[in-house]
Amino acid sequence: MELLLFGDTGWGDELFLATLMTIAVSIAAMAIGFLFALIFTPLKLSKNKSLNIIGNCYTTFIRGVPELLVIYLLFFGGTGAAMYVASIFGYDGYIEINAFITGALAIGIISGAYSTEVFRGAILSIDKGQFEASKVLGIKKNIQFYKIILPQMLRLSIPNLSNVWQITLKDTSLISVTGLVEIMRQSYIAAGSTRDPLFFYSVAAILYLMLTFLSMKLINKLEIKYSKGY
Amino acid sequence: MISIFPSLLSGTVITLQLLVSSMFFGIIIGLIFAILRINKNPIINKFAYGYSYFFRGTPLLVQLYLIYYGLANIELLRNSFFWAIIKEPYWCAIIAFSLNTGAYTSEILRSAFQTIKKGYIEAAQSLGVTKKITFYRIQLPIAIKQSLPAYGNEVILMLKGTSLASVITIMDLMGEARKVNVLTFKPFEAFITAGIIYLFITFIIHNIIKFLEKKYGFQS
Repeated sequence: MELLLFGDTGWGDELFLATLMTIAVSIAAMAIGFLFALIFTPLKLSKNKSLNIIGNCYTTFIRGVPELLVIYLLFFGGTGAAMYVASIFGYDGYIEINAFITGALAIGIISGAYSTEVFRGAILSIDKGQFEASKVLGIKKNIQFYKIILPQMLRLSIPNLSNVWQITLKDTSLISVTGLVEIMRQSYIAAGSTRDPLFFYSVAAILYLMLTFLSMKLINKLEIKYSKGY
Repeated sequence: MISIFPSLLSGTVITLQLLVSSMFFGIIIGLIFAILRINKNPIINKFAYGYSYFFRGTPLLVQLYLIYYGLANIELLRNSFFWAIIKEPYWCAIIAFSLNTGAYTSEILRSAFQTIKKGYIEAAQSLGVTKKITFYRIQLPIAIKQSLPAYGNEVILMLKGTSLASVITIMDLMGEARKVNVLTFKPFEAFITAGIIYLFITFIIHNIIKFLEKKYGFQS
């Protein structure tokens, strides 16, 4: 147990900071995922064939290949791509992209594909009459979206978004392979230097269980709050 | 470009081996735990719930590391004949993947068991069919049919999960792609080719499940 003490001898403070890092990466990834979803959901729902194909390609590709592959592609390929772009502008030095940014971006792209599907399902389940009614009342397209469709879409997608959040939270463990010090990486380091992998990976498992448990509680509260009128 | 194909294909074989064997053990584990979950005894019930909660609430990577690095820490296991299995990364990966997919499968089957209409079981009871036969001939086939679509998703998730085997030194498709990247410094070629192979396998699995659904599933 003294291995978990805070301070120089224990790993408690390191693991605590690593947990915060996991939470930070998850939130950043989820936010990036939202951005992707807000771009790709209209594409998937659009009547234009070619826009449709772009949207479908995104969700099919990302959901069909391993998460690890997306991370490696961004981690190894991102540096090369950034250096290539920089060389066009006349900078020939080595560029290293921050592990946090690559990790959050990679997981964000993945969670974005899942969020896109969730949003698409939510919009499709909104009654057609709502669109027609707002059209008849002469409400402008963008006001219709912000005031009528978006609030309902968000309420309908909370249960499924909670699943996406759980997946995202667990996917962040994969960023550890790129060297970002989150729960998994910190346990790896601790296990390596104390030669007690069983203990530290169990601690990591418990930390993840705590995170998923607490976030479930929080999301359930949100769900009850936003479905009050229904 | 062409030269990387043989190594990637040999990796694909390993990936498929990992997938098939973990799905096989996963179905058995999932079925056992689904039956335990619908058991009325609260202790058995809680145990099965705890199992599925743990394996669904923690990342697969943690489970893999716990089994690969963690189990070797236990003196008792190291001296028993299990050591022959646990010291091989290949078997560790299969154990971790089977336990993980078993937890998800048990959840899928449990919800299928619980959505079976009460009328079927009551009808069987009133016809004097024994409990055992009711389970094997009525409940189990219906549950399997109902859980096919969800199970198809689980197979695809597991295919993606097998890529984690590459972090414990197994040369599966992902491992080979990593090796190609290290040898040639061409990350895009290596990983995109691997990605296309993964997509292709996903596509095949998707179609097999669709075919099975059409043949055996409920027409909706």
